[in-house]
Amino acid sequence: MGQATANAQTLYQKIYASHVVGKLNPSTDLLYVDRHLIHEVTSPQAFSGLKLANRKVRRPDLTFATMDHNVSTQRRSIDAAGETSRKQLEALAANCDENQIPLLDLTHPDQGIVHVIGPEQGLTQPGMIIVCGDSHTSTHGAFGALAFGIGTSEVEHVLATQTLPQQQAKTLKVEINGELSRHVTPKDVIMAVIGKLGTAGGNGYVAEFSGSAIRAMSMEGRMTLCNMSIEMGAKAGLIAPDDTTFAYIKGKAHAPKAEHWDDAVQYWQSLYSDANAVFDQTVTLDASSITPQITWGTNPEQVMAVDQSVPAPASFSDPTKRDAAERALSYMGLEPGQKLTDCKVDVVFIGSCTNSRIEDLRAAAGVVQGKQVAAGVRALVVPGSGMVKRQAEDEGLASIFKDAGFEWREPGCSMCLGMNDDRVAAGERCASTSNRNFEGRQGRGARTHLVSPAMAAAAAIAGKFVNIAAQPEGEQA
Amino acid sequence: MSKIFAQGLVCPLDKNNVDTDQIIPKQFLTSVSREGFGQAMFFDWRYLADGSPNPDFVINKPEYQGASILLTRANFGCGSSREHAPWAIQQSGFNVIIAESFADIFFNNSVNNAMLLIQLSKTNIELLFNRCTQGPQQWQIDLQSQEIMFGNNAAMGFNIDADIKQRLLSGLDFIGSSEQLNPQITDYEQSRKASQPWLG
Repeated sequence: MGQATANAQTLYQKIYASHVVGKLNPSTDLLYVDRHLIHEVTSPQAFSGLKLANRKVRRPDLTFATMDHNVSTQRRSIDAAGETSRKQLEALAANCDENQIPLLDLTHPDQGIVHVIGPEQGLTQPGMIIVCGDSHTSTHGAFGALAFGIGTSEVEHVLATQTLPQQQAKTLKVEINGELSRHVTPKDVIMAVIGKLGTAGGNGYVAEFSGSAIRAMSMEGRMTLCNMSIEMGAKAGLIAPDDTTFAYIKGKAHAPKAEHWDDAVQYWQSLYSDANAVFDQTVTLDASSITPQITWGTNPEQVMAVDQSVPAPASFSDPTKRDAAERALSYMGLEPGQKLTDCKVDVVFIGSCTNSRIEDLRAAAGVVQGKQVAAGVRALVVPGSGMVKRQAEDEGLASIFKDAGFEWREPGCSMCLGMNDDRVAAGERCASTSNRNFEGRQGRGARTHLVSPAMAAAAAIAGKFVNIAAQPEGEQA
Repeated sequence: MSKIFAQGLVCPLDKNNVDTDQIIPKQFLTSVSREGFGQAMFFDWRYLADGSPNPDFVINKPEYQGASILLTRANFGCGSSREHAPWAIQQSGFNVIIAESFADIFFNNSVNNAMLLIQLSKTNIELLFNRCTQGPQQWQIDLQSQEIMFGNNAAMGFNIDADIKQRLLSGLDFIGSSEQLNPQITDYEQSRKASQPWLG
């Protein structure tokens, strides 16, 4: 951070500075947390720890809970989740009850994936610090909130103190200018960014996305973008709030009330990186050069344009990347030079905190309309929340999916991580709108290819991967 | 407090980008306990489909039984924030991990469980892997002097954040230290309510 611009701050630095409660030591600040989102998987041990130490939840009114990771998507009932999952869900309900923490349980119409419901309920607002025991908390950065995933010990810390010790992260600017081509979505943009920077390229950084392509994105697109910031290792993703942001928040259940609205917007309008602020690193991309992306390997940086061929391990100069590519191809059952557009898919999953919002479902339904899922393909649509599900049903999207042969499920994390019974079998190939193509993530031996909702839908219809951008106008798959 | 933070056998896990789904797969995350994750560490690599140990996986090799120092490569612990990952590693007997780099959340989670994570340059990591090819290694880790000691007076220094070093050496209570600032937290809450009443 140069002395000449000592007063110029990045958005991250502004939010950080406004949350400093005090210093714990020369390098560590105690930061105040505005919203603490919790779910069943990473919170039970935190509540036990709290109880053991005879501590109380300091701000149950700033803590919000949902059930999402291990819930059944076949039937909206705690009993449908399986024995150990049911116990974990019951533990969450008991902990919330005991501590007066609001919980969107399976009987609540708005229950859903934590990173879908936070914004939907208006809990996510610009300038906040938001934490959750889940790495995809970065999603909320789309609103200009500093939002990041934490572990269970930190969940316990936040429950007890409503604060978290932090050190200043480095700053990365990802500037994307220009217009996206038809069928190129925010999912493709973030996958292209990860392909460029690598899965560890953002370690130690908070990434701020800016540029005309970002300004043109809807809030849902921005959420997809920030959601996958963690897949390049970034502590958080951030987008400066603007009129698109304010319009999205207005009228939501937990949005600022009318008497505070103007003050809130005035404050939010101050949340941007100063023109002369210095970033530790800057990366730029031309939006028009981005094409539909697909992963070919077992981590999100092993990605390519769908019309490219699977790379040969020998094409990587770095020996560790070469070795990783070799292992990935063996796990994925792919050959160098192969086209994924020749590759048959067994399962299609449209859902997850990355791509389960209404715009995602509209994009997928647009491709599916009037067509049938290919024989032998199992295809699921799992809406991100009760609100998304109702809206999709009202708009007729659910019927389009069901008529085409898709399974239309209840909200939850589902096949993204297969904590419930939605899993991909060993050796099966899955076109997935989720965020991680790690070995075994969707099921032991499962072969995951990350794609956008439209690409996943097209794969379901064709029974193999499709370059959606190559489809003639008016004919989408 | 002994100046030796850890000593013991080194297990070399020669992989980049080891993610937390590998360290502890999802089927073990439905537990409400902090205990019982040791046997599940690296489950899909460690056990064959029939449940028997995979003899080719390094952790299972007879010469690395009882290891307490894990040596690995870049971006260890990437992916999910699950603290079950460091719990599983710790409950398998490891309290030191040496790597070229770590994912941020995994790093914090490990430190919060009083584990020592040592980050070294790619060149130094290569040197350590080379040592391991000469046969099983017994190293000592001196946290006070920030050295990995190989025996015969050979050692390699490492850097560590002063705050983390202090926490590991003194065993400070993570929450207790922050509670010292309770009056400031209350002050912050009052000014927050006054200036941004919409935050709740």
